[in-house]
Amino acid sequence: MEVLVAVVIAVLTSCGVYLLLRGRTFPIILGLTLLTYAVNLFIFMSGRLNPGKSTIIGVGEGYTDPLPQALVLTAIVISFAMTAFVMVLALRARAELGNDHVDGRIKVEDVKS
Amino acid sequence: MTLLSIILLPMLGALLPFATERYGRTICAYSAALGPLCALGILMGSAVSVFGGHVEYASFAWLPTMGLNLSLRLDGLGLMFALLIVGIGLLVILYARYYLSERDSLSKLYALLQLFMMAMLGIVLSNNLLLLIVFWEVTSLVSFLLIGYWSSQTDARKGARMALAVTGAGGLCLLAGALLIERIVGSFELGAIFAAADTIKADPSYPVILVLVLLGAFTKSAQFPFQFWLPHAMSAPTPVSAYLHSATMVKAGVFLLARMYPALAGTDGWFYIVTFTGMATLLFGAYNALFKHDLKGLLAYSTISHLGLITMLLGFGTQLAVVAAIFHIINHATFKASLFMAAGIIDHETGTRDMRKINGMWKYMPHTALLAMVAALAMAGVPLLNGFLSKEMFFSEALHIESMGMFSWIFPLMATLAGVFSVAYSVRFIHDVFFNGEPIDLPKYPPHEPPRYMIVPVEVLVALCLLVGILPNFTVAPFLDAATLAVLGENKPDYHIAIWHGFNLPLIMSIVAMIGGLLMYSQRTGLFAFYERKFRHDEKIVFESRVQLSVRIAQLFTDFVQNNSLQRYMSLLIGSAIVVIAYSLYPMTQLQGSIPISTVEPVSLLAAIILIVGALGTVLLHHNRFAALLLMSVVGLIVSLIFVRYSAPDLALTQISVEVVTIVLLMLALYFLPQITPNESGAKRVGRDIALAGAAGIGMGLITFAMLTRPYESISDFFLANSVSGGGGANVVNVILVDFRGFDTFGEITVLAIAAVGIYAMLNGLHLPLPQADGEGRTWDKEPHPPILAVMARILLPLALLVSTYLLLRGHNAPGGGFIAGLVTSVALILQYVASGTGWMQERLKWKYRRVAVSGVFIAALTGMGSWFFGYPFLTSTFSHVHWPVVGDFELASAMGFDIGVYVTVVGATMLILAHLGKLAQTSHSPRPPTSKTYTDTQVTRGES
Repeated sequence: MEVLVAVVIAVLTSCGVYLLLRGRTFPIILGLTLLTYAVNLFIFMSGRLNPGKSTIIGVGEGYTDPLPQALVLTAIVISFAMTAFVMVLALRARAELGNDHVDGRIKVEDVKS
Repeated sequence: MTLLSIILLPMLGALLPFATERYGRTICAYSAALGPLCALGILMGSAVSVFGGHVEYASFAWLPTMGLNLSLRLDGLGLMFALLIVGIGLLVILYARYYLSERDSLSKLYALLQLFMMAMLGIVLSNNLLLLIVFWEVTSLVSFLLIGYWSSQTDARKGARMALAVTGAGGLCLLAGALLIERIVGSFELGAIFAAADTIKADPSYPVILVLVLLGAFTKSAQFPFQFWLPHAMSAPTPVSAYLHSATMVKAGVFLLARMYPALAGTDGWFYIVTFTGMATLLFGAYNALFKHDLKGLLAYSTISHLGLITMLLGFGTQLAVVAAIFHIINHATFKASLFMAAGIIDHETGTRDMRKINGMWKYMPHTALLAMVAALAMAGVPLLNGFLSKEMFFSEALHIESMGMFSWIFPLMATLAGVFSVAYSVRFIHDVFFNGEPIDLPKYPPHEPPRYMIVPVEVLVALCLLVGILPNFTVAPFLDAATLAVLGENKPDYHIAIWHGFNLPLIMSIVAMIGGLLMYSQRTGLFAFYERKFRHDEKIVFESRVQLSVRIAQLFTDFVQNNSLQRYMSLLIGSAIVVIAYSLYPMTQLQGSIPISTVEPVSLLAAIILIVGALGTVLLHHNRFAALLLMSVVGLIVSLIFVRYSAPDLALTQISVEVVTIVLLMLALYFLPQITPNESGAKRVGRDIALAGAAGIGMGLITFAMLTRPYESISDFFLANSVSGGGGANVVNVILVDFRGFDTFGEITVLAIAAVGIYAMLNGLHLPLPQADGEGRTWDKEPHPPILAVMARILLPLALLVSTYLLLRGHNAPGGGFIAGLVTSVALILQYVASGTGWMQERLKWKYRRVAVSGVFIAALTGMGSWFFGYPFLTSTFSHVHWPVVGDFELASAMGFDIGVYVTVVGATMLILAHLGKLAQTSHSPRPPTSKTYTDTQVTRGES
């Protein structure tokens, strides 16, 4: 399972980083979201793989680490706020600049199609 | 305190001239002299005890944690230098009063001079190396300002910049050296450094320290090959040249050599570097001085040469050589300052400094001429003048160096050669200026003697040259003794200064130098022609081209990393992060830790495959934005399943509700953006990005695997043990959020509210081009709100609100809590917006969401502040069990109030973001052509939410 989790996080990171390096705002926000999944999973997994445990006192047999969960819970909400903020920033940038390229301009020599 | 006041008096004095300049230049000069005069008095008062071998200390804490203390010492070396600085400073103040023309601001010059005096005194009185460096830098800065005093002249500006660049770079080297010394010694205090001298010299980093400290000293004292800045510093007013660039500041370098002598000298490295640098400087300066037609240029190169002589003596490392070095510092300061002043008078009276024009001045200004000639003879080393005494000692020491074996003859030979040149340029100074026929078209004609008081400083200095030269034991001996004691400590040699040592080798060397110098000067016509042909180079041009080159290199680098492309920055940032992380992980020898790997279950494998397909699909289809978005939502759902699988119900609930909200948000935003991402990345960029992404992914995967297979210790046992007893809740995750780490959560919801308000601000007044059709050319549906969905959504709303209330209330003891409940409520409300439209919702729900978000933060804050009333810190929680009829016993925790604050903030922030984005679509996208009435509606509703 450890290998599988590592592969999942690796794929999410790769896909996130690749999209983050694109030139247009929308793919970048998709990349940011994928990267958020990867990071949240990573922090969550720092509590190790504990199937069938619990974080509620008196329920179930054995407890899993609640601290990474608390960290990730707020991280999920904050990353939503961040995604929303960047998305609206991108909308505003498009309105102001007339295009959705992160550099604020489309370089002619880059355009292949 | 008295020691501190020596430094502070000139600093306070720096302000006085500004106040007094309006009352006339003489008053201004008097007021400027006030501070230094008091300092001189204090110094004189301490002189007697210092002569007795006593060292005065004073120390005030400044930044003790950094080892920087205002720690001062007054020993013989410091006293000698301090007297030179204050004494010559006073003479320069008097001289400058007459030198400076009415157009120039006298108070500015005085202020800078006294600021410099303060810094220079600070250098020589510091008992702390770091403090010394602080003052050292101040002298470099003031020197920059003084060289550039006539800031309208290009030469002055360029000369100032060059001086600052060279001495500033040296200062940085010195600082690095000092930091290394501190690492060995553990203190910047000079006493501690001297005590640890053997440890420093035995340390492997000693050569580095030595080179760094010497670089600092050599740049400041214009030693070869850093000498080039000094001639260009001559663009400064002559009082500045006399004071800073011959008598004091350039001596700071040799002072540092003398100061650090007990700690660093006595090694081979010191001997070879210092001696040969000094020798090269001595010869280079003496040789060039002969060929300068500029009066001040000649004196500048002569200064370089004499500084080289002092450096060479300090490099010899014998005790008598140190005595000779200190003696020559005093002598050079007196005769060179007087020569600069004389040169300034001549410049002042004739309007030029070109020796080819200035001839026969003896006839026009015999008084000045006489003084200048005596000083020049001292410079040449003629008997009965002070220069002779120290030069004899120099020759004698050069003869005694035997550490080079059979090559030791090089020192007396080179010393004599330099002596020949120095006689030659001194003779040139006398003959060319005061005799040699009649002046040739002077700008001011006829020249005459300067104002009476302008000559007084020269007279004082020349008198000192004579007194020291004739009666050394009654004048300079005690100062020299005390200074030597400070440098050499107990090893102070027995020596006797005398004019006549008998007919010995040094005297023969002197005579050879005299005759050789005269012969050389007699052959000047041929020599000048030879020099003109061979050695015409301008350091300024070289320096400026170097500056230009470094600017160009910097520009190229800047263009590479900062080309105004965020896309480029992102790749550089990610690349750097990969490099930094890879570098720090490199020592990891074993990837897999001690925890055995668990088996893969088929269901998990299937989920992982779906997730990977979703993620890769998002990338592959990212040009089709809508498809990519849908695929990405698959990833989010699988992530929430992973949370379920690994015992995190709270996270799963949060993730799935955030997922819904996020996807709705992105869909809304996509409406305003192009539906297709153009394919504009070249193969090269795609390849680079794949490499970066692959490296990042592989790195993260390896780190994850390494982490998962290693055991760890967590602080969570504390939370598990204290959750019920301390926080009154069984759901540890929730208790951590609202109780243990409540302050973090408070910060978190504040950020959430700020982000929402920021989004509100950005959306305000936003106008976007409206798409008439979707990505595949289909026009938008005119009837966007299907009735079935609307009806269903309305039925669902109360149920959803009930569920969210339940999640909120039970959060403390079971999966749920403010974040999750808030998100569920938001999803239910958003569904109404989607199903029935923004307008429909606005008629029914007249909340301003930004107020909701902010009041959530307030509720949380007030709950936290509540604990103040009971004398507890912010956010201390309490709980108790309450009995209610019918309902029975239940627990009431103050953390619940905080969680309600979280709930309200989350609802407010989420709705603020989505409702406004939705309204943007709703109000902008109008199926009918806009009439004036709908236009007004839009106007009215814009501010509402």
